[in-house]
Amino acid sequence: MAFLSSSSEDRIPARGGVGLKAEHYRTIIDTSPDVGFFEVHAENYMGAGGPPHRYLSALRERYPLSLHGVGLSIGADRPLDKDHIERLRRLIQRYRPGLFSEHLAWSSHDVGFLNDLLPVPYTAETLKRVVEHVDQVQTALGGQMLLENPSTYIAFAESTYAETDFIAEVARRTGCGLLLDVNNVFVASTNQQWDPVAYIQGYPLAHVREIHLAGHAREVDEAARPLLIDTHDRPVEAAVWDLFGLAVGLTGPVPTLIEWDTQVPGWSTLAREAERAETIMFASQSGIRPHAVAC
Amino acid sequence: MPSLAEVQRIFAAALLDPALPIPVGLVGPDWKPSSRRFAVYRNNVVVGLTQTLKDAFPVVHRIVGAEFFEAVARAYVVIDPPRSPMLFDYGTGFADFIDQFEPAKVLPYLSDVARIERAWTEAYHASEASPISLSAFAAIDPDRLPAVTLVLHPSLRLVHSRFPALTIWQMNIDGGVPGPVDLAAGGESALVVRPQAGVEVRSIPNGGPEFIRALASGRPVLAAFEEAIAADPSFDLSANLSDLMQVGAVVGFAFAQELLRA
Repeated sequence: MAFLSSSSEDRIPARGGVGLKAEHYRTIIDTSPDVGFFEVHAENYMGAGGPPHRYLSALRERYPLSLHGVGLSIGADRPLDKDHIERLRRLIQRYRPGLFSEHLAWSSHDVGFLNDLLPVPYTAETLKRVVEHVDQVQTALGGQMLLENPSTYIAFAESTYAETDFIAEVARRTGCGLLLDVNNVFVASTNQQWDPVAYIQGYPLAHVREIHLAGHAREVDEAARPLLIDTHDRPVEAAVWDLFGLAVGLTGPVPTLIEWDTQVPGWSTLAREAERAETIMFASQSGIRPHAVAC
Repeated sequence: MPSLAEVQRIFAAALLDPALPIPVGLVGPDWKPSSRRFAVYRNNVVVGLTQTLKDAFPVVHRIVGAEFFEAVARAYVVIDPPRSPMLFDYGTGFADFIDQFEPAKVLPYLSDVARIERAWTEAYHASEASPISLSAFAAIDPDRLPAVTLVLHPSLRLVHSRFPALTIWQMNIDGGVPGPVDLAAGGESALVVRPQAGVEVRSIPNGGPEFIRALASGRPVLAAFEEAIAADPSFDLSANLSDLMQVGAVVGFAFAQELLRA
């Protein structure tokens, strides 16, 4: 399936990128930092006008952009919201993102939008529904979407697929690409007592078009077992960097995003995290880095 | 085995109602139910939406403090969760909810402060339009002025309060200086508009809301003026028109058809 944008200038380079936060609009516009790309949450740019669009337009003139949806509810049994798909289509038309990604999760129900990425049982019924929804999105948007593996805190006893097998099957049936969230791998593996290395090795890595990295919080459940929470509010943990090194050694260089969505630090902290991702990415390769990185 | 639809119906209901049991079949790594793990999802939904409201209503939060705000926000999010994933649009009903929220009744102006904040957010995300220049407007033949209809900026919102809600809002925004407020001092009306990149919030005099509403509905300046003086006989047409132009609330004008024919 074709990339979302066929133009080479829209394509996301295999470099470190940063999730765009309003707190950094001015710094980025004023200093044009050397960063591979920016990613935005699509839903934050669905207003009719105003400063978010003004800043994103200015930024898009200088950087490749990746669009990340958090509200499509692909894993819901109920039909996808056609108005929402249309809003995505218009955003893609306007900003020409090199990639569009969404989650293997659900968030909308009759009661409304639940504002969380909720887990799905890995069953044949869910697989059929997710495949239909991914097909519908790719047809409506006219290109490939990426599907992201979830952070989970609990399991469905009824699941009949391993998560990696479920995701591999969605990719095989729909031709979608994958967004490998390495922090989610670590969080879900810890919470479910899976082996994160085996998860990465068992992941359909040939379909990976982007990687996400983020920080998580550490709690415990009622049996004092570790319970990691995908908080995006702190630096990437050492264990997640290690896992990233393993993953990117297997995939080769791939656009890698630092996600930091709450308690957002100063720009230089984010820039350093993105640099570190690039350093690890290219340390695992014999090739030459395509771009210098600002100090 | 329950259908996916049934699984999600039960899951969604249990998220918003902590009195409901944890859905059957949700397990920890030992295949046993785990209330602590399900609580992560409950917490994410309620805390996430409460934070969304806090970001959208910072002045209400400052006035009532964190504990009270969380109480009112938590009560609100479970009865009126967002209808769409566009969370900048969440909170349309929050001011009305504050009116009904018993513990907030000692702060009768609070809902109007929330209405100003809501208007601010709506203006922030509204469509772009270019205000017309004062000189373009000044060039209109004064004889034709009464028949002019104005196109107002799509971001323009009005909030009227029986209380000095605008004064209270101004005292509690970043950089505001809180001070004594006489709640019996009378009502205030606020005009909220985003002519360029920044949202402007202005006080408008009595008759102003009637004047602007009439203009917004397409009535010519003269007819709008008549509505305004019916509300307040001292309404000053040229001062109000000039203020509207100065703030950038007018993006176009035309001549009313019926008056052209007359």
